[in-house]
Amino acid sequence: MKLLKGKWSAITVPVLSVALGLLVGGMIMLVSGYNPIVAYAALFNGIFSNSYVLGETVRQMTPLILSGLAVAFAFRTGLFNIGVEGQLLVGWLASVYVGLQFEGLSPLVHIPLAILAAGVAGAMWAFVPGFLKAKYHVHEVITTIMMNYVALHVVNAIIRTYLLAPGERTDQINQSASLQSSFLQTVTDFSRLHYGFVVAIIGAIIMWFLLWKTTTGYELRSVGFNKYASEYAGINVQRNIILSMVISGAFAGAAGAMEGLGTYGYMTVMADFTGVGFDGIAVALLGANSAFGVVLASALFGGLKIGALNMQSVAQVPTQLVEIVIAMIIFFVASSYLIHWISNRVNKRGKI
Amino acid sequence: MDFMQILQLVIPAAIFSAAPLIFTALGGVFSERSGVVNIGLEGLMLMGAFTGALFTILGEQWGMGAASPWFSLIVAIIIGMLFSLLHAVASISFKADQVVSGVALNFLAAGLAIFLVKKIFDAGQTPIIQERIYKTDVPFLSDIPFIGPLFFSSAYYTSYIAIALAFVVWWILFKTPFGLRLRSVGEHPMAADTMGINVTKMRYVAVMLSGGFAGLGGAVYATSIAGNFSHATISGQGFMALAAMIFGKWHPLGAMGAALFFGLAQSLSITGQQIPGLKEIPEVYLLISPYVLTILALAGLVGRADAPKAIGQPYEKGKR
Repeated sequence: MKLLKGKWSAITVPVLSVALGLLVGGMIMLVSGYNPIVAYAALFNGIFSNSYVLGETVRQMTPLILSGLAVAFAFRTGLFNIGVEGQLLVGWLASVYVGLQFEGLSPLVHIPLAILAAGVAGAMWAFVPGFLKAKYHVHEVITTIMMNYVALHVVNAIIRTYLLAPGERTDQINQSASLQSSFLQTVTDFSRLHYGFVVAIIGAIIMWFLLWKTTTGYELRSVGFNKYASEYAGINVQRNIILSMVISGAFAGAAGAMEGLGTYGYMTVMADFTGVGFDGIAVALLGANSAFGVVLASALFGGLKIGALNMQSVAQVPTQLVEIVIAMIIFFVASSYLIHWISNRVNKRGKI
Repeated sequence: MDFMQILQLVIPAAIFSAAPLIFTALGGVFSERSGVVNIGLEGLMLMGAFTGALFTILGEQWGMGAASPWFSLIVAIIIGMLFSLLHAVASISFKADQVVSGVALNFLAAGLAIFLVKKIFDAGQTPIIQERIYKTDVPFLSDIPFIGPLFFSSAYYTSYIAIALAFVVWWILFKTPFGLRLRSVGEHPMAADTMGINVTKMRYVAVMLSGGFAGLGGAVYATSIAGNFSHATISGQGFMALAAMIFGKWHPLGAMGAALFFGLAQSLSITGQQIPGLKEIPEVYLLISPYVLTILALAGLVGRADAPKAIGQPYEKGKR
């Protein structure tokens, strides 16, 4: 029971939740007439069995890490950024726009410029809810949801009006802005793996450094723990709320750049959200809002999503099973009160 | 095209697309008035739409004929209530973050509904349903000059039920002891507890009511507007209903008004191309207007929107 207390609970709760989530998934498969053992074996093979699926898993992880970092960063300041999805879309568009505009630049200039543009676009999109929260005490959950839909429609309108190429999409970005690499594709048996994962890892390091090694990070976390005490200690709470949302939005925008510069190299007119932003919420929760945890959780969810494809072709289980498992994992992580409650009960009685 | 023709084009379309939003927004009013944030409306609506399509098809097979969609609405209410129990258990009993729990509910609904569709129909979407809820002229009322053609001709009965229910919900919330208790639990649960109101029970009832209403909203969408269920059937209507609830200031009639207005914006973005003057306005402004207006309302620029006091906070007995 010691495992459920103190610093260990940061590890045991997520691990237990994943196990319970997979268990529920297995039960659903049993009830609906699939063989869970065959299915999970296929899922596992679908993540690790060859270099192609490994490459695809890392590619899937890349935007997930950044969107997870975005959600986690805002969480640290006590803010819930559900708007990662919208910030990601404007970031995607900005990166593709920069990728299309400049010609003859060195990749060493063009790529950072495009990612920066994506970050700035995401930050600007997140500034609105941050500002409204700081200034008018408007709950950021609602405003970020609304901003998601505004982003979806506005981005589509901009593509249709200014950037349209045949096939309801933009043109392909210039080669100098592309993160795609024929070397990485060759070693992974022509998966869509690109250099974006380097950007994502750098992002994780930036978040860790910013939060734990700088005064700004200390202030941001302090506001997250207790707004009123922070204000009393002379921290500008309003400024920190806006700053937190803006940085969070920048991570989200960079996640969009991974799609724009890496996986696709263009942007399509979107009928619906990508889902990456919402998955970021799951990633941040499971990763306990730490940079390292986010990377691990992205690996798990990215792996599940890629493995699901093999699970469908081998065991005929629809890929949506993985979404159910992820949802159950969030439920269990969020309901960790239950786990703590049980452990307290058991401890009080002096048993186990 | 004269003015009357324009109105005849726009108003029935607005009422038509507003009905599912009204149902769902009313559900949101119940839940949030009791102090439980319900981001899960989208997922509940999605389950409702799935149930609506599935049981209409089953009803057809069981020989229910034209009654099939109505039968499916009832099943959708029940499924919605059961499904919302997950949100209730996690956020009320286990004190999970209500927003997180709602997000998880949305994930689960999206995964589960498509999983079941693939399992049952071996395809990505359900077949098109045969027995839809069709347009009808309301007898007598549609003969009234001016008002008749606008409000009572070629309309769906579900739209009238939605509008009538808004008044019923208003009556329940503001004129009955049950409503007073429900609201008190959302404003000051400790005071309510002191007065002998069972906070946990009230919140469970409220969340389940919201599940029933959202399930109904989703099923109405599937059986009247969409005609089948696929992954794209419910994409954001639940969040728009949430917006309507907030824009309507957590009041049933306000929510209904906001839903009608959002329905108008939606119908204008579709029919606008046929209306002189509106043609020049890019579609995108109409599409984003519900969301922008909600943000402005929350910022206090379009009337002040104040949430119930205790919203989002789990209640723990004896905790100050």
